[in-house]
Amino acid sequence: MAEALDLSVYVKHQDDGTAHIDLAIEGIDCAACIDEIEDGLCRLPGVLDARLNYTNHRLAVEWRDGELSPATVVEELQRLGYKAHPFQSKLVEEEETRRAQWLLKCLAVAGFASMNIMLLAVSVWSGNVTDITPETRDFFHWLAALIALPAVAYAGQPFFQSAMGALRNRRTNMDVPIVIGILLALSMSVFETINSAEHTYFDSVVMLLFFLLCGRYLDQAMRRKTRAVASNLASFRSEIAHRIEEDGEVVLLPTAALKAGDRVLVRPGERIAVDGIVIAGSSEIDESLVTGETAHRAVRAESQVYAGSLNYNGTLTLRVTAAGKGTLLDEVERLLENAAAAKSRYVQLADRVAKVYAPVVHTAAAITALTWIATGSSVHDALITAIAVLIITCPCALALAVPVVQVVASGALFRAGVFLNAGDAFERLAKVDTVVFDKTGTLTLPTMSLVNAGEIEPSLLGAASRLALSSHHPLASAVAQLAHDRRPYEEVVEAPGQGVRAIVDGREMRLGSPAFCGAESLVDKAASTDSMASVIAFSWGGEKVILLVRQALRPDAVDTVQSLRRRGLDCRILSGDRPEAVAPIAAALGIEMWRGGCKPADKIEALSALKAEGRKVLMVGDGLNDAPALAAADVSLSPISAADLTQAQADAVFLGDRLKPVLETIEISRRAHSLMRQNLGIALVYNLIAVPLAFFGYVTPLVAALAMSGSSTLVTLNALRARGRAPALRAQAEPSHPVPAAQGA
Amino acid sequence: MEVLIYLVPTALLLGLTGLVAFLWSLKNGQYDDVQGAAVRVLSDDDVKR
Repeated sequence: MAEALDLSVYVKHQDDGTAHIDLAIEGIDCAACIDEIEDGLCRLPGVLDARLNYTNHRLAVEWRDGELSPATVVEELQRLGYKAHPFQSKLVEEEETRRAQWLLKCLAVAGFASMNIMLLAVSVWSGNVTDITPETRDFFHWLAALIALPAVAYAGQPFFQSAMGALRNRRTNMDVPIVIGILLALSMSVFETINSAEHTYFDSVVMLLFFLLCGRYLDQAMRRKTRAVASNLASFRSEIAHRIEEDGEVVLLPTAALKAGDRVLVRPGERIAVDGIVIAGSSEIDESLVTGETAHRAVRAESQVYAGSLNYNGTLTLRVTAAGKGTLLDEVERLLENAAAAKSRYVQLADRVAKVYAPVVHTAAAITALTWIATGSSVHDALITAIAVLIITCPCALALAVPVVQVVASGALFRAGVFLNAGDAFERLAKVDTVVFDKTGTLTLPTMSLVNAGEIEPSLLGAASRLALSSHHPLASAVAQLAHDRRPYEEVVEAPGQGVRAIVDGREMRLGSPAFCGAESLVDKAASTDSMASVIAFSWGGEKVILLVRQALRPDAVDTVQSLRRRGLDCRILSGDRPEAVAPIAAALGIEMWRGGCKPADKIEALSALKAEGRKVLMVGDGLNDAPALAAADVSLSPISAADLTQAQADAVFLGDRLKPVLETIEISRRAHSLMRQNLGIALVYNLIAVPLAFFGYVTPLVAALAMSGSSTLVTLNALRARGRAPALRAQAEPSHPVPAAQGA
Repeated sequence: MEVLIYLVPTALLLGLTGLVAFLWSLKNGQYDDVQGAAVRVLSDDDVKR
């Protein structure tokens, strides 16, 4: 980077005269990196402290304000071999961290209480069958009450809040029967303690809370880990722009520092980083990542351009507009609102079970009480037995059945390079029977590639790709990707709008338009093999070749689509590109059902038609134009290269150049879903055995404690199978280590 | 059974100490970088400086 990047927007100035910046670091792979980075930075004059968090790869640097520019820190890291990206922690992430800490505190309190109460309870149980005096037993019960009541009041808050929230919205969730069970068991135990009875259930209540909080915390921790990696990736992607200052000077800034009304300079070959209106200059831009259209659009003054477009041949000056001002953005946002409103809230498996479960359990308890009274028992005994039914059915295993599987399965997805945005996506993914792909940037790679590389003599190709390193043209960058020798030739001259040339080994070398290289005669023959490709030429002395550049399929697209089909999934394409451009892709993949030229509204219409047939649709897309369709589909995926607005709509985001994660996501979700059902089945069988026991009054506190911990352990162990099985799938996933796709391109 | 008079409070006190220690370590940021803590123990930065 020749120009220094102005990072002042990310610097936090503190009252004690120090400045602070948070950076996300790319390229940390071993423990030695910690010392290298921290020691390296501390040697810089003015740096007070550098602390690397090895878990989430973030670095906090503090220095005496004014003695150092943050760009120096980034440059020093670059010299050490790490890429640093300024990082602004998002509000959501801080909120999640606070919640995780709170859950951990609740878990600690519940753990402390359950250990101490169990100590007292075991003494009472063994005393009951030997020689405990009633006075000692009462003393122990009072002590247990003293610990349990404040502990439940504190550690039970996550459940009380969630149950209250559900009831206020006139719904029930799994937390409602949990809270009812906890409160009834507590009040009964206090009542029994006052009456110096033999049995209390303080231990069951607190142990139940402890198990449930474990499940909650694990769930939260997994989601937090996913979010941390996702926001690191977002800051790796964060873009820079050249802002034109009042005095006409040009500064390089991160786009986060730009405000509406700023003027921005975009040179040929650069990606436009902001939405804006052209105020000077004219050019052709490639909007394929925005609209899916691969043909270029000519822009001049007053034209609207969108972030993510690629500027081809002219220099543009833009005025930055506030988000949501452009015509396309307006349409996309209007459609998004409609789609979100129309989307019926998916009721999660656990909530559906809870809806049936709560009334059944409460009826069972009522029947128990009535039967006992009818057969001549005292009201006191009848109530005690009814409450025992409620305690034993308190959905400990049921409440763990789904979340534990989700935690283990999202861990498996994480290793396959897929990040979940929505926790309930597993159930929707597992039911998918139709997969709809966008074409540009989803089935094809987001960057251009050379398609006829195999037909060109290797030495010529090597020379052409090395020469291409010196060109700024987007088509040349596709050729430059293939260069093994990354050193550009010396004294390369760029002829604007035509190409580049250099003298190598005494012969002139040219790369550019066919006319520039004198290769017009070869164009017709080459173009006939692939009418969709852009044609450039390369000449070296007398040797001339034609290079065909276009968007190529992801390397494993054909295999993945075939595997999806073998698993009974119907694959389709809905593209915003021209039908002539979609047809060859569809043919290569063997997809018969495809449509081109779709506006965002057309995509939604097509999806609604599919849904009306009763299909469950997975939409995979990346463009800004796909955002409404992703929101409208039953479940959605997008590659990491997708537009920000689009990623926000997707249920999961996948990394890398390959399409395989789509297949893996569906496989893992299907396995997770079947395990969730198995777990619910286990919980059901447990209840079928436990309820009759409780009904006939055989449930002592000891039985309750054993039954609860036993069923919870069983369900948790079963959930662990979500990571264990299908090693073949994982073995293939491992080599494609989750690396962000071609950042440099 | 008089032994209970001081055994029970002792047991409770020990448990509470553990809880307080945990809450302190949580507040002190001991769990913010779990993987880092595992590898930092191996570095000899205390010897160098």
